[in-house]
Amino acid sequence: MRLPCPHCGERDLREFTYKGADLPLPEGPDWGPDWEAYLHLRRNPAGETRDLWYHGPCGSWLSVTRNTATHAVAESRPAREPGS
Amino acid sequence: MAYSGWRIIREALTGNAGWRPVWRDPEPKSEYDIVIIGGGGHGLATAYYLAKEHGARSVAVLEKGYLGGGNVGRNTTIVRANYFLPGNSEFYSHSLKLWEGLEQDLNYNVMHSQRGLINLFHSDGQRDAFARRGNAMINQGDDAVLLDREGVRKHLPYLDFEQGRFPIYGGLYHPRGGTARHDAVAWGYARAADRRGVDLVQNCEVTGIDVEGGRVTGVQTTRGAIKAKKVGIVVAGRSSQVAEMAGLRLPIESHVLQAFVTEGLKPCIDQVVSFGMGHFYISQSDKGGLVFGGDLDFYASYAARGNLPRVEHVMEAAMTLMPMIGQAKVLRSWGGIMDMTPDGSPIIDRTPVEGLYLDAGWCYGGFKAVPGSGFAFAHLIAQDRPHESAARMRLDRFATGRGLMDEEGTGAQHNLH
Ligand SMILES: Cc1cc2nc3c(=O)[nH]c(=O)nc-3n(C[C@H](O)[C@H](O)[C@H](O)COP(=O)(O)OP(=O)(O)OC[C@H]3O[C@@H](n4cnc5c(N)ncnc54)[C@H](O)[C@@H]3O)c2cc1C
Ligand SMILES: [Zn+2]
Repeated sequence: MRLPCPHCGERDLREFTYKGADLPLPEGPDWGPDWEAYLHLRRNPAGETRDLWYHGPCGSWLSVTRNTATHAVAESRPAREPGS
Repeated sequence: MAYSGWRIIREALTGNAGWRPVWRDPEPKSEYDIVIIGGGGHGLATAYYLAKEHGARSVAVLEKGYLGGGNVGRNTTIVRANYFLPGNSEFYSHSLKLWEGLEQDLNYNVMHSQRGLINLFHSDGQRDAFARRGNAMINQGDDAVLLDREGVRKHLPYLDFEQGRFPIYGGLYHPRGGTARHDAVAWGYARAADRRGVDLVQNCEVTGIDVEGGRVTGVQTTRGAIKAKKVGIVVAGRSSQVAEMAGLRLPIESHVLQAFVTEGLKPCIDQVVSFGMGHFYISQSDKGGLVFGGDLDFYASYAARGNLPRVEHVMEAAMTLMPMIGQAKVLRSWGGIMDMTPDGSPIIDRTPVEGLYLDAGWCYGGFKAVPGSGFAFAHLIAQDRPHESAARMRLDRFATGRGLMDEEGTGAQHNLH
């Protein structure tokens, strides 16, 4: 598997670390169903998903749209700032 | 017809013409008391214990492919009870006891082989952790022996004891650990369940779960609608999709785990051995192949095949631990889909939908759990309260933070187990 980095081009999987589902941060610091969903619950689709990857060589966090059944990558872009 | 040594001799003398299919291939009925979704090890065991322990008369197992075609036939077959935390500890202890009587109970040779399991450690810190784990196992009533380096050498003379990077300090020996023939476990439970009247319906994919007023009423399948008073979801790597049919979102992410087998060799690895520094474990099948594996690929995937970096890592670990393995040729590798929970431990619980039950989150360790999980899940479905061996396998533990079973101590968070 190879992943495209917007800064470095298509690179080998070995250079990346998977950081889990790309989900919007809940508003406010108080524990509630939104935090439970953010931390634990997953749609976990057998198909298109969006997850976060860290590219070691350039140090950037990426938001990658990917198919979990075929491993085909549709989009890779810099991850947004938390909360934005 | 029951199996026996006498029967095998008789069949051998009469051209093996007397063997018959060992389970029926029934059409699904329009209604059952209990429908089990998923004909893997856990689903088949659940159906068997529902019939045997709870006298359930109207039970169907619905399997989208063929029986035993999922992870129950793809795993590396290790059976052990070496857990540390309350919850896992009593559950796997109970499961191992069921394994020890399984062949007589099912009248089926599942080739359960208690050849012993040795987890190696490579530092003082790891030794302390394993000593503590061994004590927990003994407190649970199971067996554990802490071996020093020379103790390990007696059992495993072929390891590389000279290398300095990951020196072998010793191992935690679990004599009752071992392996079993994975397919035979599925077939044995299937045959035994069928003989107690369970309908095993293959090529029957569940496509919807019917819920009315918060209560389950049946399922939609590729072979028609089936009404049911109670429904159990036991679909391993597909848990999220099937639960979604009832509007549930689970604390599960599906990952791929790979495994490897070499060409058949003469007996050389007697126990199950795991490397404490390189995520590697190995045993030898009765056919002679060395069966081994390592970590998850570590990204969400349903591809049932892995990527080369993990292959490389596993091979490197193998060569580091036992250079002799370099002489063997790898025959095959494959992957299976793991239902990973945030704390790496399973769920056997009711769901917010009345009459709908969930058995999921077995991660990479659910083969040894097959008897225990089937037993406990059958109890939960039949009695509507958890069996004592699985009372802590709660679905809400992530939301409440109470009773997490994070064996690795890395945190109850996705992608850490
Ligand atoms: C490479 C590998 C190595 C492993 N090694 C070990 C090990 O050494 N020791 C150990 O204890 N565990 C091990 N495991 C884990 C173990 O195999 C699993 O945890 C366990 O088999 C899962 O339970 P199961 O047998 O019920 O799953 P499965 O056999 O996968 O059964 C689930 C069934 O549900 C069916 N299904 C899914 N969706 C539907 C639907 N919509 N309708 C109808 N049916 C459906 C599937 O077709 C499948 O047959 C390993 C797994 C893998 C992949
Ligand atoms: Zn980059």
